[in-house]
Amino acid sequence: MLTSLPDARGHFGPYGGRFVPETLMAPLEELEKAYFEARRDPVFQAELRTLLQEYAGRPTPLYFARRLSESLGGAKIYFKREDLLHTGAHKINNCLGQILLARRMGKRRIIAETGAGQHGVATATVAALFGMECVIYMGAEDMERQRLNVFRMRLLGAHVVGVNSGSRTLKDAISEAMRDWVTNVADTYYLLGSALGAHPYPVMVRDFQSVIGEETHQQILAKEGRLPDAVFACVGGGSNAIGIFHRFLAEPGVQLIGVEAGGRGPLLGEHAARFSGGAPGVLHGAYSYLLQDEYGQVAPTHSVSAGLDYALVGPEHAWLRDQGRAEYVAVGDREALEAARLLARSEGLIAALESAHAVAEAVRRAPGASGQIFIVNLSGRGDKDIDIYRQHFPELDEDPYQPPL
Amino acid sequence: MRREGRPALIAYLTAGDPSLERTVSLVAALEEGGADLIELGVPFSDPIADGPVIQRACRRALQAGATLPRILETAFRIRSRSQIPLLLFSYLNPVLRYGFEAAARDAAAAGVDGFLLTDLSVEEAGDYTAALRRAGLDTVFLAAPTSTDERLRLVAQHSSGFVYLVSRTGVTGEREALSEQVGRLVARLRAITALPLAVGFGISRPEQAAAAARLADGVVVGSAFVRIIEQAHESADLETRLRRFARELKQAMTG
Repeated sequence: MLTSLPDARGHFGPYGGRFVPETLMAPLEELEKAYFEARRDPVFQAELRTLLQEYAGRPTPLYFARRLSESLGGAKIYFKREDLLHTGAHKINNCLGQILLARRMGKRRIIAETGAGQHGVATATVAALFGMECVIYMGAEDMERQRLNVFRMRLLGAHVVGVNSGSRTLKDAISEAMRDWVTNVADTYYLLGSALGAHPYPVMVRDFQSVIGEETHQQILAKEGRLPDAVFACVGGGSNAIGIFHRFLAEPGVQLIGVEAGGRGPLLGEHAARFSGGAPGVLHGAYSYLLQDEYGQVAPTHSVSAGLDYALVGPEHAWLRDQGRAEYVAVGDREALEAARLLARSEGLIAALESAHAVAEAVRRAPGASGQIFIVNLSGRGDKDIDIYRQHFPELDEDPYQPPL
Repeated sequence: MRREGRPALIAYLTAGDPSLERTVSLVAALEEGGADLIELGVPFSDPIADGPVIQRACRRALQAGATLPRILETAFRIRSRSQIPLLLFSYLNPVLRYGFEAAARDAAAAGVDGFLLTDLSVEEAGDYTAALRRAGLDTVFLAAPTSTDERLRLVAQHSSGFVYLVSRTGVTGEREALSEQVGRLVARLRAITALPLAVGFGISRPEQAAAAARLADGVVVGSAFVRIIEQAHESADLETRLRRFARELKQAMTG
């Protein structure tokens, strides 16, 4: 059964598992035990539910995009509005769950990695909420590109540590966070931000994000009286995608479509399309599809969207793909940018660049899909990406318009 | 490992730093200085268990073109002139990509004695251990201060040759003092296994090596050697400096 995975050692078929130095093995066992106890504890679940509702802003709406749907002339497109959550993306769902777990385990110090800064901001937010020390590792190059988010984290009381090793991006931030964890494991909780890493992280993050699909399932039944034909989500590590997919895994009539970053093109180093350009391998604790060279060295990646710019895909996605239960496609930088502009102009929604990849694939498939219902997970809002949109649409800095006076 | 009651000096260096050609002469220098076993690091792009010194060495070695096939050729060249035991020290993915069967076969043919993969847990090591054992190679696993007794038993069961004790929670690199955690970990493992025990992570000075040698059968020094290579790689007396430092460590351990 797809829905009963992972197995006792964190495997989704052959994927997942626990590939870390021995120093972290017992702490991961302890985390697993604490998490599965918390999952069964009604008090823990009630506190999480209250925080999700009153602090994060759940449930998020399922919004019918009438103008966009009509302009494409095909499927009815709905958006699951995770972009409306506090801190601007789905990341807060997982952060609230894990901070409650950290407190339950008696940890006082929180560490996390961040790429564009969304997970870092969400982690700094929940650490402030619970009065815990917070250290965020961020690639030095990402810090340069996302100065506003660095400041936001510091305003929230977190320390942001620049990582100068390797490619100075997300991959290196995760490596550095793991080095901190292996050193300070006694009092430190590693709040990993995606459905990646060693067991139990992929299952735990998926569980905390599954609220997205649970709500979507109820909402679409209430609005349409039936399930959707297709659900679209972008896939970096894959937490927003597994979060919306999971409730629908046992519904064979619902197509699940994950969208990876096609970047600038299909050459290794130009994209983050792990399924079309990678092969199974191990990075940061898990076995899954990995962009690597012929000698097993992790390859550089590129995407206009920092949140999709990572060499390994979450292990449950690898399993869903092998089973044929979900389909994975790649959308390039340019298509994602154009989809974001289209969405802004037809619905007044400025999407995060990550989510714009999922929007692009739905937009591509909608014409001719009359009578079908599509749901796109709008996992984050585009405030953080305004500078990048501006770089790519320089024509918008000038406006030749003359008002009719 | 402990020959005539003398503790072994285990020297780590990253193969291919600064070049594979130079690795052959650096290993010879370490052996002349008294190293009893060489850990030959196979560089990986994302070395999560390593501190800055070995991270930089990995990067230099990868830029110089060090790959597992070429490192096996280098091991063969070392073996053609020395019988010093060689342990390949790496992360899982380069070996996984090569294939466990092929890696075990080719490493055995090159004269390598065993492997240690820092991010391969005993739980996930079934196929790997079987392939290496079939080729007559040793599988060395890490034991850590955080390991439960249950885990230490698993580590000992899967290990052959020796067990590598991580002296402290943390990454590789030089530290001010030998961790107080070592003695307890050695005692816990002695109660579980008769395999020789080597201690590593954070040992960089003769007095630390001497302290570790009083507890364990082998002492691993890595970052301190790699730092000398980093500082003197353009110098003709690099070999002399490595030899001299190995000798200081060895004298402290046996003196």
